[in-house]
Amino acid sequence: MARARDESSPLFAGNAAGTLRLIFYLALAMVLMVLDHRNNWLWRMRYTASMVVEPVYRLAGLPAVGIRTASVAFADRQRLTEQNQRLREDLLLANAKLNRMGAVAVQNERLKQLLDTQHSLELNVQLAHVIGVDLGAYRYQLTLNVGARDGVKPGQPVIDAHGVMGQIKEVLPTTSVVMLITDPSHAIPVVIARSGLRTVAYGSRESGQLSLPNIPLAADVRVGDHLLTSGLGGRFPPGFPVGDVRSVAPSSTGMFQAAQADPAADIDRSEDVLLLHDQAEPDGPPAPITPMGPPADLAPPVETVPAASSSQAGAFVKKPSAPASADSSGGPP
Amino acid sequence: MSRQRLSRWWFIGTLVFALLSMLVPLPGVLEPFKPYWPALILLYWCLESEDRVTLGMAFTLGLAADLLNGVVLGEQAMRLCALVFIALRFRSRLRFFPMWQQTLAVLALLLNDRILLLVVRVLAGASLPPAAWWISPFVGAALWPFLFLLLDDLRARLRIQ
Repeated sequence: MARARDESSPLFAGNAAGTLRLIFYLALAMVLMVLDHRNNWLWRMRYTASMVVEPVYRLAGLPAVGIRTASVAFADRQRLTEQNQRLREDLLLANAKLNRMGAVAVQNERLKQLLDTQHSLELNVQLAHVIGVDLGAYRYQLTLNVGARDGVKPGQPVIDAHGVMGQIKEVLPTTSVVMLITDPSHAIPVVIARSGLRTVAYGSRESGQLSLPNIPLAADVRVGDHLLTSGLGGRFPPGFPVGDVRSVAPSSTGMFQAAQADPAADIDRSEDVLLLHDQAEPDGPPAPITPMGPPADLAPPVETVPAASSSQAGAFVKKPSAPASADSSGGPP
Repeated sequence: MSRQRLSRWWFIGTLVFALLSMLVPLPGVLEPFKPYWPALILLYWCLESEDRVTLGMAFTLGLAADLLNGVVLGEQAMRLCALVFIALRFRSRLRFFPMWQQTLAVLALLLNDRILLLVVRVLAGASLPPAAWWISPFVGAALWPFLFLLLDDLRARLRIQ
């Protein structure tokens, strides 16, 4: 018995049948990969398989939840007291600011009505929790505990208390995946708060940073400048903090300045995030008919949403070196 | 009879555990140190029993991992197939290696796996990963002796063939 088994698996020779099977499976895998890359089948399969996938996510997220709970349970009194004190102060400060802003907001609303525009300072948001699941691909994604059943749609901006985090990339029935603004294939139109310069911030390959590769040489950019969303492109509403400029240097080509920025949002630490519901109306003139960026067959179906007709600038941009379409389209900031 | 059933459930249980561990996040600092669990567990079963792990099984497990991870469908299926094929072909030799040699072999297999992954990612148009990305195979290889001994011990205790 044992001897027969030994003969069937000799020390050196491999059998041709095994190699054939390997080739078959490798070819199958490659065909799958190509088809999936071209047609994006996987997400449709994932959507149908979500009955299985989502409980697994919850299960895999349990240790993170447990650690969080334990850290609260075992945190010493001193630290909790300090934290409480700090939060109280923050709240007081925020309330004071809000009270002052309240009057301004009312005034703004009245003036806007006089000007007959639709923009509103009201935020229509939805709270979501981050599920601690590691999706592998270099950590540029988050998983949230809300999905299609809660009315989440791809493209919705995600913010936290400090600034913009990213946008919804894929939606499953009860979970959704966020593409972070630090993803190298993500771009967000920004305006520099001090000078009003409009440009585009891409995700950077250095983890957790933003890069602004094409700022005109003559433009006034300094370290410490605040970046806000410009609202161009219509995907992100204007006026949300995006990041702070950390370094400015001439780019390697010498034709632009390149800046690095730290995101304003706590990208690694946020546990609760806000989903913005009413997508802002695009500022500025309508986008050109042939937008820059990925080929049209890769783009999300924009024809169905008239308000998002110019959403290409905020959407996925494949090449960081592509000239920014949002940069050239004018309009008051 | 029930022994056989137990052994099957034990096998499936370890694979499910591998998939779950793949998904469990680590704190940011430890993130690059996370080993590729499905590969390690599959390698163990390759060496442990002859006919339990087949290429088709590795392919299916890879597809499941792809579904869970949301990467391109077929990526991990291909990687695990290649891994299992090499492991099965050299199984008789790997089994009788001393532990340190076995660990080196596992390291080579995991590095090969990472290179395959890199090729797939680059062909799909992703950017090159940071240097810390290459730590994972070394951690996997360092964990291998412990994993092997632990699983072997558990198997002996449960008296599974």
